[in-house]
Amino acid sequence: MPEILQYEFMRNAILAALFSSIACGIIGSYVVVNKIGFISGGIAHAAFGGIGLGYYLGINPLFGLVPFSLLSAMGIGLLSRKANVSEDTAIGAFWAAGMAIGVIFIGLTPGYAPNLFSYLFGNILTVPSSDLLMILALDVVIVVSVFLLFKEFLALSFDEEYAEVSGVKTTLVYLLLLGLIALTVVILVRIVGIVMVIALLTIPAAIARRFSRNLLSMMVLASLFSALFCLGGLWISYLLDIASGASIILIAAAVFLAVHLFKGEAGSR
Amino acid sequence: MKREIVQVIDLSVDIGGSAVLQHVSLVVYEGDFLAIVGPNGGGKTTLLRVILGLQKVSGGSVKVFGQAPATVRERVGYVPQRLFFDRDFPVTVQDVVLMGRLSKKRMFARYNRRDLDMAGEVLDTVGLLSLKNRSVGGLSGGELQRLLIGRALMGEPDLLLLDEPTASIDPEMKTSIYDLLNSLKERMTIILVTHDTGAISRHVSRIACLNCSMVMHDNAEITGRDLQQIYPYPVDMLVHDDPQIRTLKKH
Repeated sequence: MPEILQYEFMRNAILAALFSSIACGIIGSYVVVNKIGFISGGIAHAAFGGIGLGYYLGINPLFGLVPFSLLSAMGIGLLSRKANVSEDTAIGAFWAAGMAIGVIFIGLTPGYAPNLFSYLFGNILTVPSSDLLMILALDVVIVVSVFLLFKEFLALSFDEEYAEVSGVKTTLVYLLLLGLIALTVVILVRIVGIVMVIALLTIPAAIARRFSRNLLSMMVLASLFSALFCLGGLWISYLLDIASGASIILIAAAVFLAVHLFKGEAGSR
Repeated sequence: MKREIVQVIDLSVDIGGSAVLQHVSLVVYEGDFLAIVGPNGGGKTTLLRVILGLQKVSGGSVKVFGQAPATVRERVGYVPQRLFFDRDFPVTVQDVVLMGRLSKKRMFARYNRRDLDMAGEVLDTVGLLSLKNRSVGGLSGGELQRLLIGRALMGEPDLLLLDEPTASIDPEMKTSIYDLLNSLKERMTIILVTHDTGAISRHVSRIACLNCSMVMHDNAEITGRDLQQIYPYPVDMLVHDDPQIRTLKKH
C-alpha cells in the first residue's frame, strides 16, 4: 500500500473519498429517511446543464455545476410544493431539461470536451488539489448547516405536519435541505459521476439505518460505510485497472444486498 | 364570565368539492374538557385541523384565543390520531418528545439543558421515562399514543387538542390515558375527538356531536324536532351539560 501513496493523484483520491464521505453520510441519511432519492437523482442529472455551461464558458465545470444544481433543487422543490405539479413530474421535467441544456452547450463548444466522461461516470483518480479544497469547503457548509438546523430537519423528516403546527417554516427548511443535497451532488459528481450519484446518496445510509437508533448515529455510520465503499472501490479499480466510479458503486451494491439478505433472514426467524 | 378559548361561527369547509362541515358553530371556554363525538367522515378531524389553522375554510369565522388560528399555534398542543411514520425511522422516544419544544425555540437554536430536563419530567408524567432511549418504531400503540401526548405537553399548551387518542389501543390502556387527561384538565382546556362514547362521559365536562353540521348550546338540551326545523340535515349537534346522568340519545 505505501508505494501507491507516493503518487499525488492517489493521495488526492484517498482524501477525496474521505472528504466526500462526510457529506455523503450526513445528507444521504436525510435522503433515505425522507425517501427523496429520486429528487436527488433529478438534481444530479439536471446539474449536467451546469457542466455543459462550464465547458462552453471555458471555466472549471464544477463552477457551472454549483449554481445549476442549486437552481434545479429549488426548481424541483418549489414546483412540487407550490404549483400543482406532482413531485415525480417535476423531477422528470428537470432531470431531462437539465441534461438537454448540457448536451446543447457541449455541442456549441468548439472542439473536444475533455473529461466529459469523468463528470458522467466519475473518476476519483483525477481529482486535482483545487477540487479537494472545494469539496472540503462544501463539507464545512453542510456540517455547519446541519448542526444549526438539526432539530428542524429531524422534525420535517419525521412528522412534517407537526413541524408545521409548531411554527417551523417547513417549505423553507425543505428547500434548504434540497440545497444541501445539491451541494452534496456537486461533491459526489467528482467521485462517481452524475449518473451514479443516487446510489452513493442512498446505499450507505440505507445500510446504516439498519444499525442505528437515532439520526446522528445513522449519519456517522453512513459516512463510515461511504468511506469504506469509496476506498474499496478505489483499491479494486487500481488493482484491476477498471473504472473507479463503477467499482465504488458495485461494492456498495454488493454490501447492500448482502446486509439485506442476511438481516432479512435474521428478522424473519 | 369565563374566557372564550375557541370561537367558531358558521363554519363551512369544502374538501375536493364536497361539504365536510356545514354551518358549524362552537364555543369552548377556559377550563372546558369538551368531547366531540360523531361518525367516521363526520368532520371531527377536519374541525380540529381548522382550529389548528391547517385547513382552509370556505365560510364562517374561527378564532382561537381571540385570534386567527395559525397565529397562536405555540399555545396549542396537538395530538394527532395516528402518527404515520416509517417504523424504521431512526429516532428515539426522547428525540420525539423534544420535538414538542419546537414551538418555543427559534430557528437555528439547539435544545438545551432545560429542554432535556423538561423532557424527563414529561416522559415521567406520561409513564415513558424508562423507555426514553428506545427506538420509537418498537413502541406499542398505547405507548405511542402517550408519547404523542407527551410531545404536545412539551410546548406547555393552554389548549390541548386530541384526535381519537384511544382509537387503536386496548381497554386497560384507555383508562390510563383518560386518567392522564384527567390530571391535565386542571392545567389546560382540552378538546377531544373520539368514538369512544362509553368511557368519555365520566371524565369530560361537555359532549358535542358532529356529523357535517353542529349547533352549540350553552345550557339547554334541544329536541331533534327543533334541530330539524333549523337545519335540514339529518343529524345535528347537541351539547349536554351534564353527561354523567344521561347517555347519548338518538338525535
